[in-house]
Amino acid sequence: MGLLSIFKRRRTFDHGIYPVEHKELTADRPIRRLPFAPELVIPLAQHKGAPAIPLVSVGQEVVRGEPIARADGFVSVPMHAPATGVIRAIALSPTADGPKTQAIFLKVYEAASQEVLYDLERDLDAMGPDEIVAAVQDAGLVGLGGAAFPSHVKMRPPSGRVIETVIVNGCECEPYLTCDHRIMLEQTDALIRGIRLALKATGAKQAIIGVEDNKLDAVAHLRARLSKDLPISAEAVETKYPQGAEKMLIKSLLGKEVPVGGLPADVGVAVYNVGTLAQMGDLLPQGRGLIERVVTVSGPAVDHPGNFLVPIGTPLRFLLEQVGLGDRAGEVILGGPMMGMAVASLDVPVTKAVSGVVALEREDPDLARRKVYPCIKCAECLKACPVSLNPSMLGELALARQYERMADAFHLDQCFECGCCAYVCPSNIPLTQYFRIAKSINRDQKRLKGNG
Amino acid sequence: MATIFTAVGFMAALGLLLALILVLANRRLYVYEDPRIDQVEELLPRANCGACGTAGCRPFAEMLVKGEIAPGRCTVNSKAMNQVIADFLGVELGAGEKRVARLACAGGSHVAYLRAVYGGMESCRAAALVSGGGKGCSWGCLGMGDCAEVCEFDAIRLDRHGLPVVDEDKCTACGDCVTVCPKGLFSLHPVSHRLWVACKNLDPGDEAEHQCEVVCTACGRCAQDSPEGLIRIQNNLATVDYAKNDLASKVAIERCPTGSIVWIESDGRIVKGRDARKVVRKGALPLT
Repeated sequence: MGLLSIFKRRRTFDHGIYPVEHKELTADRPIRRLPFAPELVIPLAQHKGAPAIPLVSVGQEVVRGEPIARADGFVSVPMHAPATGVIRAIALSPTADGPKTQAIFLKVYEAASQEVLYDLERDLDAMGPDEIVAAVQDAGLVGLGGAAFPSHVKMRPPSGRVIETVIVNGCECEPYLTCDHRIMLEQTDALIRGIRLALKATGAKQAIIGVEDNKLDAVAHLRARLSKDLPISAEAVETKYPQGAEKMLIKSLLGKEVPVGGLPADVGVAVYNVGTLAQMGDLLPQGRGLIERVVTVSGPAVDHPGNFLVPIGTPLRFLLEQVGLGDRAGEVILGGPMMGMAVASLDVPVTKAVSGVVALEREDPDLARRKVYPCIKCAECLKACPVSLNPSMLGELALARQYERMADAFHLDQCFECGCCAYVCPSNIPLTQYFRIAKSINRDQKRLKGNG
Repeated sequence: MATIFTAVGFMAALGLLLALILVLANRRLYVYEDPRIDQVEELLPRANCGACGTAGCRPFAEMLVKGEIAPGRCTVNSKAMNQVIADFLGVELGAGEKRVARLACAGGSHVAYLRAVYGGMESCRAAALVSGGGKGCSWGCLGMGDCAEVCEFDAIRLDRHGLPVVDEDKCTACGDCVTVCPKGLFSLHPVSHRLWVACKNLDPGDEAEHQCEVVCTACGRCAQDSPEGLIRIQNNLATVDYAKNDLASKVAIERCPTGSIVWIESDGRIVKGRDARKVVRKGALPLT
């Protein structure tokens, strides 16, 4: 290696951007637990697919780890009580998406030991693929990277597709977030157990852990723990946003391109976030359910940033009180600053999809409303778009309200709202927002047409 | 010399041949179209709004001439003009009650509380996509005027509290505002639907009152005061059953404590009940 490595091209994908990382705030802070919030709010629709159906009634006492809602069909997952307490209500709760949705309000018993008493000793080696898929669904596991897609569904690809490779996503390309980094360092054994379970369930021959090369310590740590006889390898990929998008990571690691409108399964790949697999390796041996997750709480407006193991349903207000949110906070974002969502209320709870909470300062220049100038056709957005769309053209069409044409002729549906185009635009055109509006209007039109 | 005669002669022959083909094509492929369709279309407003239920004025004219639809269905034309069409075609005017867009929110900036300041793109749709916007009420009007912008008939304007006001005379019930509103607050109603619940909040009353002063708290007074079955309380919200619209009267709104159920007069004025909380505040409410 040595000198030669300079000439070796780093594994990466085309286009993308290099935002400031800000990861130093929390990268070396170990995962810690926080006290329980007095009340937890567990939305029934925390995942893609059908909302869960409550199994409990108001006034019922539940034990930490007990199932409180069951899955509604295959593309759905159950919920488990994140703490011992009593169900106060099943009512509407605010969410980061906007509309209020049904949620279970759980009043936590202060004096309870908060031990998980739901143990179901399992012999993992004796379990077949189908049993693992069922167990993953029972555990309520969803993609913890932020997509919240039920994990067990990805283990059963559409007929005719065979999963050959499991890609383990440890890129964490969003600025500020470090929870996956810490999981790779601290929950290595659970992670490797989870990868082996995913390999068994999907029937894949190999697994590759893709990690951005700003976390080489994690790569070295994983390589040291991976024994030679396992078909698992850890690879460094270029630190570039959006490296952690599954289609980008597949391109970087395997050189394969997922077809337009296709799934990773079309190229024989299933992608899992490291957090998901670490939880899988942790929960499945005991038959437990997903009741907490690692969340990075960071940003310039947070006094004590860090990585925390947070019970699902903890309201943001409580979480931010624990880390010290100063008066200077101007905006709180669920997820990372690139694709995350600013919340309108701190009553929004931490759900299974929340990988980070970032609080920006009120005077943050990024928050200032910048003057929008006309497009100068510089094509910076074309160079940035990781899925090779033409954001400039799409932007012009959005201004002309030609939303259908955007979808039909310019592949609007391929846009996954990574924000690269708006980030590089020298005219400050809010391109990503335009596309989100266009998509939402197209969705509404489709729904209206479907109804009448 | 011979060259030029050949050329002219050839072109003449070619021209005649092509002319013959055109003549034959005209005979063979002729499609008869009722000349009245064009004449009727002349008499229509040509707004292509779709309020009559067809794709535009031309298809509407075609259906009129075929006698499949009554002229009265066009709500944009004046009644006199529709009568002209009816006389021209020798048909009945037909009943077509004018429909207008109604807004199910009364929470202007002076009565509805904010939970956050939205600082992004000036568009309701964009605001709704960021956590539902800054308004305390998740169902309420965001007041950035997507509807006023999309209305081609200039029938919607924002009042000083950022609440859309529909001009019933100009509204053609084309439905553009219905589709553009990210909160789905607009719906099309016949003008005879005068009893109107201007709220969509589904939160329980005590919680809802912290979000807006003109919220339906589902206290049920309107339902008690009106004839059986006209108003029902569903999901913490009063709902009018318009099948029983003939029974509706102003009595229902009188005891409403917040003024979220209103009576819309024939001139478009919105009347609140006697007991409705008086709002004297002019400016916007502060952030809570």
